[in-house]
Amino acid sequence: MPATEASARRTRHLRLVVRYAVLIGAAAIVLFPIYITIVDALLTPQQITHRPPTLFPTDPQWNTFVTAFRQGSLGIYLRNSAIVTFAVVALEVTTSVLAAYAFVFLKFPARKILFFACLATLMVPGEATLIPNYQTINGLGLLNTFPSLILPFVASGIGIFLFRQAFLGFPPELRDAAQLDGCGHLKFLFRIVAPINRSVIAAFALFAFLSAWNQYLWPLVVTQTDSVRTVQIGLRQLSGANFSQFNVVFAGTILAALPIAILLLLFQRQLVAGLTAGAVKG
Amino acid sequence: MSAKTLRRLREGALGYLLVLPALGAFGLFVFYPLVKTAYLGFFLAPPTPNLPSHYVGFHQYGQVLGSSEFVSDLGRTAFFVLLTVPTGIVVGLLLANLAHTKVPGIRAFRTIYSSTVATSTAVASVAFLTLLNPQIGVLSYLFGKAGGNGVLANPHWALPAVAMVTVWQNIGFTFILMSAALQSLPQEVLEAAKVDGASGSVRFRQIVLPLLSPILFFAAVIGVIGGFQSFGQIDLLTQGGPNHASLVLIYDIYQQAFQFNNPGYAAVLSIALFGILLVLTFVQFFFFQRRVSYASD
Repeated sequence: MPATEASARRTRHLRLVVRYAVLIGAAAIVLFPIYITIVDALLTPQQITHRPPTLFPTDPQWNTFVTAFRQGSLGIYLRNSAIVTFAVVALEVTTSVLAAYAFVFLKFPARKILFFACLATLMVPGEATLIPNYQTINGLGLLNTFPSLILPFVASGIGIFLFRQAFLGFPPELRDAAQLDGCGHLKFLFRIVAPINRSVIAAFALFAFLSAWNQYLWPLVVTQTDSVRTVQIGLRQLSGANFSQFNVVFAGTILAALPIAILLLLFQRQLVAGLTAGAVKG
Repeated sequence: MSAKTLRRLREGALGYLLVLPALGAFGLFVFYPLVKTAYLGFFLAPPTPNLPSHYVGFHQYGQVLGSSEFVSDLGRTAFFVLLTVPTGIVVGLLLANLAHTKVPGIRAFRTIYSSTVATSTAVASVAFLTLLNPQIGVLSYLFGKAGGNGVLANPHWALPAVAMVTVWQNIGFTFILMSAALQSLPQEVLEAAKVDGASGSVRFRQIVLPLLSPILFFAAVIGVIGGFQSFGQIDLLTQGGPNHASLVLIYDIYQQAFQFNNPGYAAVLSIALFGILLVLTFVQFFFFQRRVSYASD
C-alpha cells in the first residue's frame, strides 16, 4: 500500500514538473522577441553587431533610453500620441453616450432608422473611405495637424451599440420616478445613467484607447512632420536608422510599447471585457 | 398648443440634438466618403499629373477587377490569411489550454501569454525588422541567415515572415479570447468525463473542441477580416516587396493612391475590399446574434 501511494505521488510530481517545463518553454518563446529587444537596447552598437549575438547585457547602457527620447524625437511622438488618443477617446465616449441616451430614453421621428445608420458604420472599414477622407482633410487645409488625426474618429458605432445595450437594461420605472422628481434629461443622464453604467463605459474607453493609440494607416497618410507624428509613425521614421543607432531603435520600440503595457497591467480585468466587446467589430 | 405637445416637441428636439454629433461625423467621414470612393472609381487618372482625370464609367471597374494584378493581389492576401489565421488560433488555443490549470504561479504565465497585446503592429514590426536583419538580427542568426539578404528580401519567405510577426503580435489577443472561452465551459461536463475515465486528449478532442466550435469560428472570421486589413506590418517589413512578393490588396491600394497618384484605380480596389469585408462582416454578425441567443437560453 505505501509503495503504490509513493509511486502515485511520484507520478503526480513528475506531471507537475513536465507541466511547468512546458509552461516555461512557451513563456520563453512568447517573450523571446521582447527580451532580445530589451537586451539589444542596453548594448552598445558594437556589441549588437557582434557575432554570435550577445544574449545578456554585461554592461547595460541605460542612457540609450535617454538618447532615444531626445535624439529620435520620441518624446514628441509620445506626446502627440497622447494628445490624439485622449482627444479621440473623450470625444468617442461623449458622442456615443449622448446618442445612445437619445436612442433609449427619447422619442423622436426616424429614431430606428438613425440607429440603424449608426450600426451600418460598423460594416464600413476605414480603407473604403481612406481616399475621400484624405481629400476632405486636405480640402479643409488640415493636413499635418492634430485635428486631421482626430476628426474622422469622433464617433463610434461600437460605442453607440454597446451603450445602447447597457442603457436598455435600465428600469423604466426609475426613469419615471426621476422625471416625477423634476429631474431633466441631461441631469438624469449625467447623474444617474452614466454613473450606473461606468463599467461598460470604462471597458469601451479602454478598447477605444488601444485602437486610437495603435492607429497606423491614417496617421501615415495625413502626417508629414515630426511635430504631429504619432509614436507608431515615429517608429517607422526610427526604423530607417543606420547600424550605429540600432540600440536607439530598440530603446524607442520599448518606450513606444511601455504606456500600453502599464495601462494593461493596471486594468487587466477591464481589458478582457473591452477586447471581447471590441471583437464584435474586429 | 397643449403642454403635452410642447413637451413632446422639446423631447424630439433634444433627441436630434444628442444624436447630431455622432451622425454628423458619420455622414462626413463614413457615408459621404464611401459613396465618393465608388464614384472616384469612374475616373481614370490622367497620363501626367495636373491634367484633369476623365470619366470612364464602369470601364475602370471592369478593367481593374479583371486584371491579373488584382487576381495576384487577392491570391497573396488569401495566402497571408491562410498563414496567419489557423496558426494563430492553434497557438492561442494551445496556450489557453496549457494555462487552464490551477498550479501555483499560473497567473504570471497568463500575464506573459497575454503580454503581446501591449505591442502595436508598429512595435512588433520594428522589433522583428531588426531581429530579422541579416547583419545584426538575433533571429536571422538563429535561422542561419536564410540566403544572404535575410528572409524579408527573399521572395519565397517575405510573406511567411510577415505572417510570423503577425501571429506573434496576435498571440496575446487570441490567448485572452480562448482563455475566456475555456473558462466559460460547463465544468460539470468535463468533471463527469474525467470520472468516466476519458483521457486528457480524448476529453479535449471530443468535448472541449465541439463546445468551443462557435468561438473558434468567431475567432476565424475576425482573423480573416483582420488579415485583409493588415497594413502596418507590410509597410514596415517589406513595402510589398521583394518584387511584389508581399503586395497584398490593401498595400496595393495605399501605393496606387498615395505613391503612384492613381486614386481611381485605388478606389476600385477599395470597393472590392469593402465588398469582401462586407460579406465577412455579415457572416460574423449572423454568427454573433446566434451566440447571444445561446448565451441567453
